[in-house]
Amino acid sequence: MNDRNPLYRAESPDLLIVEPLDDMTLIYHRRSGITHMVTAPVPEILEAMGQELVDIATITARLSHQFEMEADASDVIAIVDSRLADMMALGLVERASEGTA
Amino acid sequence: MHEFRVSVGPASFRLLSDWQKPIAQMRALYASYPEPEIPDFTVRLEAVSLLRRFLRPSGAIEGDYMLPDAAPLPVEQGLLALEMGMNLQMALGWRRHLILHASAVERDGRVLVMTGLSGSGKSTLSAMLGLDGWRFMGDEFVLIDLVSGAAVPYPRLISLKNLAIAEMQRVAPSAQFGPVMAGTPKGDIRHMVPSPEAVTRMAEPGIPALLLFPSFGYSAAVRELQLSETFVRLTQASPNYVALGEPGFTALARFVKTVPARAIDYETGAEAIAMVEQLWDTLA
Repeated sequence: MNDRNPLYRAESPDLLIVEPLDDMTLIYHRRSGITHMVTAPVPEILEAMGQELVDIATITARLSHQFEMEADASDVIAIVDSRLADMMALGLVERASEGTA
Repeated sequence: MHEFRVSVGPASFRLLSDWQKPIAQMRALYASYPEPEIPDFTVRLEAVSLLRRFLRPSGAIEGDYMLPDAAPLPVEQGLLALEMGMNLQMALGWRRHLILHASAVERDGRVLVMTGLSGSGKSTLSAMLGLDGWRFMGDEFVLIDLVSGAAVPYPRLISLKNLAIAEMQRVAPSAQFGPVMAGTPKGDIRHMVPSPEAVTRMAEPGIPALLLFPSFGYSAAVRELQLSETFVRLTQASPNYVALGEPGFTALARFVKTVPARAIDYETGAEAIAMVEQLWDTLA
């Protein structure tokens, strides 16, 4: 594991029910039984992460591809970093430990 | 103990009381309802102490599901205590449907659901619409089928409060009413028996077609709601959403995405009914 470039993995799509409503998207987490209500870019980050172990640069590169923005712009990286922290707190994303990296 | 059994919609209850009077009142008011063989829930109205059975009698609500801090009620309010006990069993124990704390009326197989805080007028509005060409389905809970999404009736006694008591006695003088219970935690309360049609058709569900959030006491206004606001409000209005897990989520998400919703403010019952009819014609 590289502390300077941590790797993340999203919860398996089999364990999430994603229901877009309006500006908000519902995510029902089967593992916890909790309903989360989230806004962009959380659903987009989940989708961009896929099922692999990915670092922030990979996520922002995939998002930039989709949304026409600068992948290496520091504000984009900061936003993704901050949302990943939120999603980890909700149990929707985990950071790879040494054993899984 | 005195006992009475009654079915309301798909739920059935066994009511037990240390006192005869509340059971006799329930028996009279629920006379047209079916009697179940095996009840889902038991509600007991027990004397707080042996002495309290005779001296300033006061009863505690007990049952299969209980809230530890529910205050005892004076025995004159025994009928209310039994009704509250029945509501409590449903809210805490029912798992066969998604429960919405709402009133509902039906027309042509389609259902108008009204939800809001106590005092919003949802109960009175459903009673008034029930006299005006709609089938009354319930004034407290609407049960949403977890598979089909249909609204299943729960037509318990209509609980009229304060000003609504005189208003309903005026517009429905031939309806059957229970005793007036003054000075309850929610003010004056008087129960009204739903129409015979509401009882005979209480096994007939309908398709939810319009959701309203009424607020009584404000100048007439209609406001659109975002789906996410509706979803949050309904999770707050559902006592068993969390307990149901995924089936509850699926049922509520479908309800929110398929049923148009509006918030309405109104100052009189007649005004509210006109607004309901107009919204029903344009949205449902």
